[in-house]
Amino acid sequence: MNHYDAIIIGAGAAGLTTGIYLSRAKVKTLILNEGAVGGQMVLTHEIANYPGIESISGYELARNMKQQALKFGCSIKSNIKITSIDLNSTPKSFVVNDKNIYSADVVIIATGGRPRALGVPGEDEFKGKGISYCATCDGDFFQDKEIIVVGGGNSALEEAVSLTKYASKVTIVHQFDHFQAFEHYVTEAKNNPKINFIMESKIIEFIGDEKLSSVKIQNQRTGDVSEKNVDGVFIFIGYVPNTEMFEGILELNQYKEIIVDKNLATNIPGVFAAGDSIAKRYRQVTTAVGDGTIAALSAAEYLNKFEKAELVADEADS
Amino acid sequence: MLRTNLTHILSENEHTKLLQENENVMVCCGRMGPMCIPVYEVMEELETEYPHVKFADMEFDIPDARVIRNLPECRNFAGLPFVVYYKNGKVVKATSSIQNREQITSILDQYFGKKVNETAEK
Repeated sequence: MNHYDAIIIGAGAAGLTTGIYLSRAKVKTLILNEGAVGGQMVLTHEIANYPGIESISGYELARNMKQQALKFGCSIKSNIKITSIDLNSTPKSFVVNDKNIYSADVVIIATGGRPRALGVPGEDEFKGKGISYCATCDGDFFQDKEIIVVGGGNSALEEAVSLTKYASKVTIVHQFDHFQAFEHYVTEAKNNPKINFIMESKIIEFIGDEKLSSVKIQNQRTGDVSEKNVDGVFIFIGYVPNTEMFEGILELNQYKEIIVDKNLATNIPGVFAAGDSIAKRYRQVTTAVGDGTIAALSAAEYLNKFEKAELVADEADS
Repeated sequence: MLRTNLTHILSENEHTKLLQENENVMVCCGRMGPMCIPVYEVMEELETEYPHVKFADMEFDIPDARVIRNLPECRNFAGLPFVVYYKNGKVVKATSSIQNREQITSILDQYFGKKVNETAEK
């Protein structure tokens, strides 16, 4: 068994920040990460509101954070699969790839979130063949073509406007009769002559042969279903927390977000959580970094108490 | 220039040479973008586990990347990166958009054989 003082699950902004703080404090720290290092940060082309840095790509910022964590002695294992967890034991333990066991006195969960999928027929089949979740990556494949943007938040409206650089026509399909985006995003979209709106509606099926050719849209109020020919669909309907592996173990809310207190402690002693996997209002790189800081300081304090408790127990034994 | 640690294919000739000199080849053709970076990272990690496979990348926007872009197997693709798997110079599989480690290793195992330590264990 490989034992660490602290194990962090997830290597996004929150996890890497926690890793930087704990490693710098000489806490033996391991980050276990199921995807690529950087999390949601890497999905952002330009970050222009990170204090002290005028503009930086998400990839660059993630790489810098990773290097900083490694420099302080943090170990990182990415693209692994956690196949079993035990957070109630002492120490807490994880089985990775069905064979390697890692244990730690304290655990910080920073598993973040992933783009929410519509979950309707055809979505997996046409991913990369008409369906996309990244406008900056795939927008130029739709030069002079007709596309749909699904969603009504800031990302959906901002990306819809940016996609008008390429597409001949952009239709925003949104399930409600109003948008959740900031007013200036709504105004910009409404003032763009290339953008149309289908409100109170949902895509219920993607149709095509080798690539996407049309979608079925259902009006949420009337139930009427229509088919619309389209070359591409960009989906921006928010994120879901990556907390499936903690269901039944940690206290989660109705949105499957981890419930934490002000110190980012979960319902299990010695288990903290940070970043997009926790219940909170604002999800930004900067708030994830703030969470990572709080989780690290709380974890360090817990470890100090843990060590003292161990000392007392040792003395009692002798 | 892509900032990966993979072998970079810079021209059509280099692409041809790579296929001639290697039985099993995986080429990721993309940009340093959100959908591509996770694929590059998985490939970098798999290089030591699959020594019988040559892993390489190619800039999507250079003219010579037409050797990938114009493949019949990629004609319906509309999402980066375009990833092409070659066996003895022939395309055996092509994927579009982001792929995770599990999806990539499943293709490698199917077309090129299991990773080195799994073969040794048997």
